[in-house]
Amino acid sequence: MTLTAPTRTLTAEPGSGATVELRGVVKNYGSMQALSGIDLAMAPGEFVALLGPSGCGKTTALRALSGLETVDAGSILIDGVDVASTPTNKRDIGMVFQSYSLFPHMTVTENVEFGLRMRRVPKASRRERAGEALEMVGLGAHGTRFAHQLSGGQQQRVALARALVTRPRVLLLDEPLSALDAKVRVQLREEIRRITRDLGITTVFVTHDQEEALAIADRVAVMRAGRIEQIGTPRDLYATPVNPFVADFVGLTSRVPGRLVGGEVVVYGTALPLLGEPQPDGPVMALIRPEDVVLADAGDPDVIEATVVESSFLGSLRRTRFELPDGATLSVQHDVGDHPQAGERAYLRLKRNAVAASAIPTEKSAT
Amino acid sequence: MTVANAPVLVSGVVQAEPGRHPIGEPAGPTTRSPLGGLARYLGLAPFAVYVVIFLGLPTVLAIVTGFFTEDGAFTLDNIAGLFAPVVLSTFASSFWVSAVTAVVGSVIGALVCYALLGTRAGGALRSVIDSASSVLAQFGGVMLAFAFIAAIGGQSLLTLWLKNTFGLDIYADGVWLYQPAGLLVVYTYFQVPLMIITFLPALEGLKPQWAEANATLGGTRLTYWTRIAFPVLAPSFFGSLLLLFANAFSSYATAAALVSQGSPIVPLQIRAALVSETVLGRENMAGALALGMVVVMVVVMWGYSVLQARTSRWQK
Amino acid sequence: MTTKNSVRLGTEPGTVARWVILGVVGVVFAFPMLAMVEFTFRDGLSGGHTLDHWTGLLSEDAARTYRNLFTAIGNSLLLAVVTVGIVLVVLLPTMILVHLQFPRLRRVLEFVCIIPITVPAIVLVVGLAPVYSVVVEVFGGSIWTLAFAYGITVLPYAYRAIQSNLDAVDVITLSEAGRTLSANWGRVLWHVLLPNLKRGVLAASFISVAVVLGEFTIASLLNRVNLQTALLQVGQSDPYVAIIFALLALLLAFVLLLSIGRIGRSRRTGSES
Repeated sequence: MTLTAPTRTLTAEPGSGATVELRGVVKNYGSMQALSGIDLAMAPGEFVALLGPSGCGKTTALRALSGLETVDAGSILIDGVDVASTPTNKRDIGMVFQSYSLFPHMTVTENVEFGLRMRRVPKASRRERAGEALEMVGLGAHGTRFAHQLSGGQQQRVALARALVTRPRVLLLDEPLSALDAKVRVQLREEIRRITRDLGITTVFVTHDQEEALAIADRVAVMRAGRIEQIGTPRDLYATPVNPFVADFVGLTSRVPGRLVGGEVVVYGTALPLLGEPQPDGPVMALIRPEDVVLADAGDPDVIEATVVESSFLGSLRRTRFELPDGATLSVQHDVGDHPQAGERAYLRLKRNAVAASAIPTEKSAT
Repeated sequence: MTVANAPVLVSGVVQAEPGRHPIGEPAGPTTRSPLGGLARYLGLAPFAVYVVIFLGLPTVLAIVTGFFTEDGAFTLDNIAGLFAPVVLSTFASSFWVSAVTAVVGSVIGALVCYALLGTRAGGALRSVIDSASSVLAQFGGVMLAFAFIAAIGGQSLLTLWLKNTFGLDIYADGVWLYQPAGLLVVYTYFQVPLMIITFLPALEGLKPQWAEANATLGGTRLTYWTRIAFPVLAPSFFGSLLLLFANAFSSYATAAALVSQGSPIVPLQIRAALVSETVLGRENMAGALALGMVVVMVVVMWGYSVLQARTSRWQK
Repeated sequence: MTTKNSVRLGTEPGTVARWVILGVVGVVFAFPMLAMVEFTFRDGLSGGHTLDHWTGLLSEDAARTYRNLFTAIGNSLLLAVVTVGIVLVVLLPTMILVHLQFPRLRRVLEFVCIIPITVPAIVLVVGLAPVYSVVVEVFGGSIWTLAFAYGITVLPYAYRAIQSNLDAVDVITLSEAGRTLSANWGRVLWHVLLPNLKRGVLAASFISVAVVLGEFTIASLLNRVNLQTALLQVGQSDPYVAIIFALLALLLAFVLLLSIGRIGRSRRTGSES
């Protein structure tokens, strides 16, 4: 389904986005602590993704922001005002849920108008603004349809229009694309990014899909077990993860044994710079990215001998898993021209890029 | 009460896709029978014969005898008799009792369902209420009549207590328990559980996301119920109401046990017609009355199935 | 105390509202039951209470005095057994056959099994009278022939109970597996299908028994004697005994329906095949 360029957009007042801040937010469910002190400060118009595995607290944090969950400690500030005691319907936010949120008995237009109706906007104005919002998401012609007549992607667009038509200060998205097909997901995330940028609205986007987060966010907060492990631009997270969990979560990595000697990680005879904080010398697990390993020939310097385990074709590139003599595996990303066969002997070389490493045995494997 | 089982069954008929099976629908019988052709259907014969004789035939007879006199001559007299004032008032009485108990039953039942929202589906409270409702929805006829005679009859504890303590004689104007007014109270006793059984699934089908979306869009609890929950529940509510109407309309046993004088409602009128053979000086009035009842039931159950279809469309 | 999210949103009633509604409705509905129980202990109009009515049933001449009632109970039990027999011998095989061999007829079968809801007993009985005059000629006048009509009355219930079991267990795949393992249809039915249909069959049987025990309309208007007609009759002369037996019948029905619920629940919580 192609996207038509919107003919009208909602007018964006410059800097219309609000500042959003979470300070020391704690949330307990009985004896379990879902959020253990979250600190997050967002600039107006910024797009932040909360990324992490299920159970890490990212959805809880979002719902705390929306007011659908109460917090046990800490403050939530929108434009500098603590809203922790303000009920959801007074916080002036827009929220898009994962699924099933459209009201089934109302047409698309009525759904989109709902927030305006709650704000007592007069009928003619409501109609006009709802129409604009639907145009903005490319569904201007579907106003009289019902939710069950729309595809999943269309439903989420309507949900987006509905959330934005009231021009809220903050937009919250709770895994809005998780229930959709892969292709629709990619299209729609671009749409969401473009719209929020045009409107200058501060946005928080929850997802468990690292590719999604890295692709569209200004900054990404990687969460685990109720804490934010690292916040940074996608580039920062990818290039300089602060710990193996982040490194592992953001991008595919192989774990191989090595030694930390004099600030360098020595892996199979190759010395690589260490990423992150200096660590004491000793045995470590190094995290190697697939694109940091190349296929080489037998005679090249510093080659590692390996056997092909399996190779997958991924369209524009190939990813092959190799087994090393000591039993470790190394994933390598390479050109589709090379076609390794299972069981073949091959030779690999490590690029001299910095790698993250963690001492054994304190943290043998991340997550 | 056979009507008590309608909810799941009717919705099944309405939505059923014939024989949809993951492997794919076989074109017909998959095994090769030694006999070919129509003999394949032999297996269905016992059931078919049974149903034709004991369901098809009596239904047809019941509906059709109204058109014939005792001697077998075709006549419209009996049908005309349906419009005699006596019979019309009987139908009106039946409608009245059914409608009132349907409305009261559905409102009280809906309230109980609301009170059950949020309780755990397998939990103690819910199981007790589920079981009690299925028993009480079936509970009718003679036993129910006895229960009410014991509870609020002339010699019951309650009546005597009211009389002695407050000087209030609830039967001062006549013993209404044994008249259509009494049926209003007694029928409600099985209407409410039937409503609980029928309506609770719909109430549980309300998605939490709707309430949350309502909140984020600036709505209050009131707007949630008035603009979202009630409209979404309306088809199911009115469908259940129709079901309750049909249930009361077709009830015979309870009224037979309670009402000894006269035939104020249609099922009792049918009894009179069967027992005394002539009603209004016409034979075969029972058939005409049966026809009248079937017409009403078909209309009501059709309405019910339409509303069920709407409900399932919205609450997928 | 923080209120639950769902209460704040309005999707759930507050504790007070919940228990007020359930409490009031509960008391009102328990009252007739309790009144019945109290009634059985009453000592005539004197206002006192006695166990006589209950103990009287165990006395020696109880069997004689209440002979008609006990015969009627026997009749109802016999009818229940024969009705269950009809369900198991006529309905169940047909449902399995349609499910396996005639999937397109499933909707027809469903529709047929729903007709008894739209054509209630009081209407059916008008047409049953002539049918039964023939039945009496063929099978004699004994009470068990009434089960033919009861089989129709329980159709909607039995159908639903068995069909939900058929839907939950993939009968088609199971029978195909059995066939490819060289079992003939008889063995497939006995060794493969029926064991997996136990729950539906039990539920259908229990609910049929409950319905048959409570049936009044057809028995009464065809001038037969069963539990309910006898209760009505006895009630006129000895209301105490009538109510005692009404309570016992009710208790039995309650136990049966509870068991169905228990069977259903154990299916859900039990091992997932």
